[in-house]
Amino acid sequence: MIELLEGFVTELRQAGLPVSLTETVDAAGALHHIPFEDREAFKYALGATLVKNQAHWKAFETVFEVFFARTGHRVGSDGQETDDLAAAAQARARARIAGMQEEAVGGGGEPMTPEEIAAMLRRALMGGDEEWTRALAQIAVSRFAGMEPGRPVGGVYYLYRTLRNLNLDALLEEMIAAEEEQAPGGLTPLERRLVHDELAQRIDALRKEIEAEIRRRLVADRGSEALARSLRKPLPEEIDFMHANRDELAQLRRAIQPLSRKLAVRLARRRRHLRRGALDFRSTIRHSLSYGGVPAEPRFRKPRPNKPEIVVLADISGSVASFARFTLHLVYALNGQFSRIRSFVFVDGVDEVTHLLEGSDDIGEAVHRVNTEADVVWVDGHSDYGHVFEAFYERWGQEMTAKTSVIILGDARNNYHASNAWVLKELRKHVRHLYWLDPEPRTYWDTGDSIVGAYANHCDGVFECRNMRQLERFVDYLA
Amino acid sequence: MSRFDTPSSVVDRLRGVTYLADESIGSAVFLADRLSKPVLVEGPAGTGKTQLAKSVAEALGARLIRLQCYEGLDEAKALYEWNYKKQLLRIQAQRVAEEGKPSAAPGGEGSTFSWSELEEDIFGEEFLLTRPLLEAIRATDPVVLLIDEVDRVEIETEALLLEVLSDYQVSIPELGTVTANQIPLVFLTSNNTRELSEALKRRCLYLYIDYPDLEREKEIILARVEGISGELADQVGRIVRALRTLELKKHPSVSETLDWARSLVLAGIDSVDPETATSTFNVLLKYRSDIEKAQKELALVGDE
Repeated sequence: MIELLEGFVTELRQAGLPVSLTETVDAAGALHHIPFEDREAFKYALGATLVKNQAHWKAFETVFEVFFARTGHRVGSDGQETDDLAAAAQARARARIAGMQEEAVGGGGEPMTPEEIAAMLRRALMGGDEEWTRALAQIAVSRFAGMEPGRPVGGVYYLYRTLRNLNLDALLEEMIAAEEEQAPGGLTPLERRLVHDELAQRIDALRKEIEAEIRRRLVADRGSEALARSLRKPLPEEIDFMHANRDELAQLRRAIQPLSRKLAVRLARRRRHLRRGALDFRSTIRHSLSYGGVPAEPRFRKPRPNKPEIVVLADISGSVASFARFTLHLVYALNGQFSRIRSFVFVDGVDEVTHLLEGSDDIGEAVHRVNTEADVVWVDGHSDYGHVFEAFYERWGQEMTAKTSVIILGDARNNYHASNAWVLKELRKHVRHLYWLDPEPRTYWDTGDSIVGAYANHCDGVFECRNMRQLERFVDYLA
Repeated sequence: MSRFDTPSSVVDRLRGVTYLADESIGSAVFLADRLSKPVLVEGPAGTGKTQLAKSVAEALGARLIRLQCYEGLDEAKALYEWNYKKQLLRIQAQRVAEEGKPSAAPGGEGSTFSWSELEEDIFGEEFLLTRPLLEAIRATDPVVLLIDEVDRVEIETEALLLEVLSDYQVSIPELGTVTANQIPLVFLTSNNTRELSEALKRRCLYLYIDYPDLEREKEIILARVEGISGELADQVGRIVRALRTLELKKHPSVSETLDWARSLVLAGIDSVDPETATSTFNVLLKYRSDIEKAQKELALVGDE
């Protein structure tokens, strides 16, 4: 048992979860008290003792599922029983499907056509029949995924193939239409929305079921550690901005709200606790009179909150757009920490968007407006940092003061245009700080058309900012 | 001394006091009892974190001792404090008694007034004001200790909790170490406004309470709102779930859902239509912009 736990903890650590020794000991202690046959309780016991951060829960679940399927560890005899029960239910569902199939095609052993599977799936989903849905998910996987033993392809590939064949979006539309027909007198908009949510959730459950089924089969096929590695998902704070897929972007969006709140609280606190200013010489001397001229009680000036004025200059061309978006989001969430924030966006032209971002409550929507309304294309819509800097300096250079910190967001992939690095050199003379955040890994800098190096000479700091953790560190440093 | 037999018995007994727990909650509370460890409960506001501690206390028939955390919380408010007014009075009374006796000058030879005696006297139990943490440790009756919103204290103050949470003891320099007569169940809640220190997290079991799924929320509504029909509960649950999928400033919490359901029942409404939803959304959502967005998204107003 202990060995098993050790293996599991090692696996968790490899997935990036911080698990300490005491926590492992706790988990071992917890397992003494948990009835082994209860798989769920087993999972929650490990979760409660090993995972201390909600954002890590998903990673934990994946590791748990793969690890305990992989070692083939059957927990207790009752566990076997429940498995049997589930198997029986599956068999029943399958028998039902087989029965229907016979009805449909009038006997014969030929496999179901995609249309038949879709039709059955629709009935199962609309009835909310979980057992049936699960059986159909299995059938869909064996029918569509085309899994071949030993083929070194990730689960994502099979998932994609299965889903493409099922065409779940169309299925959802159909089901809603069917619901509408059934309802006497049609659906009110509110009802339609609720029906939509319900069905969308069931489809989501189906998708998860298919994913799990593929994973189970992969485990059965390869049963190797390689699989665990390929399924390892990055933790939300380590998701790469530039390569995030849709799911991960959604995760990031959810993560940024609590993160910005946390940062704001932390910074505000730090500011409040920095009580001391510089030594107030006059006051110290004056007070020393009561000690006979000995400056026994040094007096300090009241600290003046030193709030920087921030100017963000963000590249919003395709490759780095999501990075710019998250950074703007974070900077605006912290606007209490800065005396003023101005933001500019560019591709090969540059435009000020402060007014779009300022008045809005919903930064997500504002960023969308930035993307549609700002005038950022000058010639061809390919990044041209050199021209942008020149245009920026010409138009707004006068407004940059010694209180301003300028942050430039971008990968400095200049499409082989002129760098015009002299602009930054000039700019730096006027402003307090000039920082550059690059969402590319440091090893890619100055390769291809990237010219970070040329600009870096004129910046106070160039930071690699690939994920939330690095971004958080920078903002913390800035404020 | 175990209070619960299995994780599912936790769930059952909590159900007895109309707290509908799911399996993760059951496991965490069960383990907290068996391993004698505190539980750190995190989750969005209004999902029943504090209520969990209250309900566990109720289910066990234990006394709930609550420590509400805030910035600036210190030892004197969390652990113990010497009742110095009473101590002063005690010294004064002694002096008056001394002066009444003609033979001895205060502090002089032959006086009954001896410093060490007095010290022993004024630093006795009688002059100790117990605060929640010490009270929970010294209690002889069954207690549940709730440390609410622990993320509000400064990171330095957290350290103050560590001794209590890991060893269930409090060191008082003048009295020595007070160890617990019995190990209380401890719940810490956090709204996650900041990252808690590793040291604190390590000492706790972790439980995250998220918004309940539709089925559980419906059950909660049925259990907690009197006189609500199953149909209305279902509808309320669905609308709230739809709202939680939107990007709002603040999502409706379970307690707000319950408030909304109650107000619908009080108003004698048995089915939510767009008009009633529009007029009562202010119970559920607390920002103007959220209400407008919800109405637009749920197609309560607008083109149709």
